[in-house]
Amino acid sequence: MKLKKLSAPALLLLPAFVVLAAVIVLPLMFSFYSSFTPFRLTRPETLWVFVGLRNYMTVLGNAEFWIAFGRTVLLLTVALNAEMLLGLGLALLVNKATHGQRLLRTMMMFPMMFSPVLVGFQFKFLFNDNIGFVNNALQSLGLTDQAIPWLIDGNLALLSIIIAEVWSSTAVFAILILAGLLAMPKDPVEAAHVDGCTPWQTFRYVTWPYLMPFAFIAMTIRSLDVARAYDIVKIMTDGGPAKRTELLWTLVGRTAYADARMGLANAMAYVAILLSIVFTVYFFRKLAAARQQIGAEW
Amino acid sequence: MAPVTLRKLVKRYGALEVVHGIDLEVKDREFIALVGPSGCGKSTTLRMIAGLEDVSDGAIEIGGRKVNDLPPRARNISMVFQSYALYPHMTVAENMGFSLKIAGRKPDEIKVRVDEAAAILDLSHLLERRPSQLSGGQRQRVAMGRAIVRQPDVFLFDEPLSNLDAKLRTQVRTEIKKLHARMQATMIYVTHDQVEAMTLSDRIVIMRDGYIEQVGTPEEVFQRPATKFVAGFIGSPPMNMDEAIVDNGTLVFVSGMRLPIPPRFTNALRPGQKVTFGLRPDDIYPSGHGLHAGDPAAVHEVELPVSITEPLGNETLVFIQFNGRDWVSRMLNPRPLTSGEKVRMSFDLSRAHLFDIDTGKALEG
Repeated sequence: MKLKKLSAPALLLLPAFVVLAAVIVLPLMFSFYSSFTPFRLTRPETLWVFVGLRNYMTVLGNAEFWIAFGRTVLLLTVALNAEMLLGLGLALLVNKATHGQRLLRTMMMFPMMFSPVLVGFQFKFLFNDNIGFVNNALQSLGLTDQAIPWLIDGNLALLSIIIAEVWSSTAVFAILILAGLLAMPKDPVEAAHVDGCTPWQTFRYVTWPYLMPFAFIAMTIRSLDVARAYDIVKIMTDGGPAKRTELLWTLVGRTAYADARMGLANAMAYVAILLSIVFTVYFFRKLAAARQQIGAEW
Repeated sequence: MAPVTLRKLVKRYGALEVVHGIDLEVKDREFIALVGPSGCGKSTTLRMIAGLEDVSDGAIEIGGRKVNDLPPRARNISMVFQSYALYPHMTVAENMGFSLKIAGRKPDEIKVRVDEAAAILDLSHLLERRPSQLSGGQRQRVAMGRAIVRQPDVFLFDEPLSNLDAKLRTQVRTEIKKLHARMQATMIYVTHDQVEAMTLSDRIVIMRDGYIEQVGTPEEVFQRPATKFVAGFIGSPPMNMDEAIVDNGTLVFVSGMRLPIPPRFTNALRPGQKVTFGLRPDDIYPSGHGLHAGDPAAVHEVELPVSITEPLGNETLVFIQFNGRDWVSRMLNPRPLTSGEKVRMSFDLSRAHLFDIDTGKALEG
């Protein structure tokens, strides 16, 4: 039988396909397969036992998983909204600056230049109940005479993580919204002034619709980021105390490596990815609608 | 409806002064055009009236009320921007009704007034579209509709036609004129195009470098320009101008060519005085092809060579060589002329203008 010759374009694309298959598709398929096995790192032979949907049933019936899932959504919601508001405020302020705007823009991006692991260490120190800067400051100022157990109390610990998260990533919103402000035509704003708008009405009816697409781009990026939050939490609380700050990926990580239950962890991961997909689709819809609204040509 | 008064109005950006204490009275229901080359301060003046720029010194009054420190929303004005400045996320109807919505009017009332304005501007079939789905001319009309709906005291136009093509410009120009007749409102219109200023306005304000050069009706600024600048700015093609010295009852040009002193200036000039002589293309013509019958006593005839001609159908612009330059003349009932041909030209000196060579001010005859 004669081998059919590949056409030139197919031939040229082949290496790319091979590389992609090797580094992405195969591992993806392998991890997906392993989520249908009771695979444990300590017992390699379990990789070949097929158990069907048992892992998925376990995950879906697992309260701990759903609590982590819910907590991740909570973190996502609070952090994103806080970053959005702060970023918007920052962008509006920097946009008003008449001198040194370039310098301010650069300074605004400083937090983004730090590795999340370092941010985690830094905030772990800041919120330390004994030697931390926050308690020290609060006590010196006479606002409290007790040491507040920031990273030890379950609710406060999640709050501390949110603050660290917001500190490190508000700049994403600020930069993107500032880009929107700079790209925005000045005339409609002036027209709104003449049309009788107060500054607040001008913002509400004219400026904000222009900025919405930019805010949604930032939302999309950041929702993916926060949904896979791992490093800051790992450093600051490691999911503690008593799993009160356990998020999806710290749970997945613990199940995979500490408990060595790789099959179950993979099943969790696949369910968790659904969360990211849902958020992304949601924000992209919003983005498309907002872009169409302002008749954007990009 | 309201008069607008500018008193010693000054605009400074830091140390740079761009409007130097101008005075202007715009009467109630008057259509005033601010015209001048770019950078003359006309747009800045308009934006100060709108409240989009701070007043550095002097005062602006609308309807007898000083508005210097009032925000734009408290001045009861409408403005049509060069770029239209429509709200892209709102439909045409929402754009037009926006100011009423902000003012807290009821939806029924807004609808009535938007429909009314849309009917005037022939926009009724476009009310549900967004600005991005409209052509340039349609966007321009929406911008005007937005201004009309407010029923303001004063309409401000900032070069509203400069983004339109030539044909559409003429069309919308007519619409603006009709609009003024219908609205009976005070309108202030900024343009760099003297044709728009001439065709639309009751009075024209000609500005240059932050000063007002002349205020007058279109006839006045055309027939009796107050300065050399106005003479050169108003009229198309522009007035022919050249320097001359008074000598022995004639004007002597650099090349040695002479023209008699125009009759109305005979007693106003002294020998040796330097002047700028100006004559519009309408007032120079190949003999027998003139626009005016002309006072025979004031018409001076010279034989001059033709450089080129620009036939326009009903008339031909004939460029003739005079004093080493090309002077434009307008030939009615044209006959063919060839370059280099010597033609007998009539100079209607009764319509000549003389300007002081230093100040540029028109000399009284």
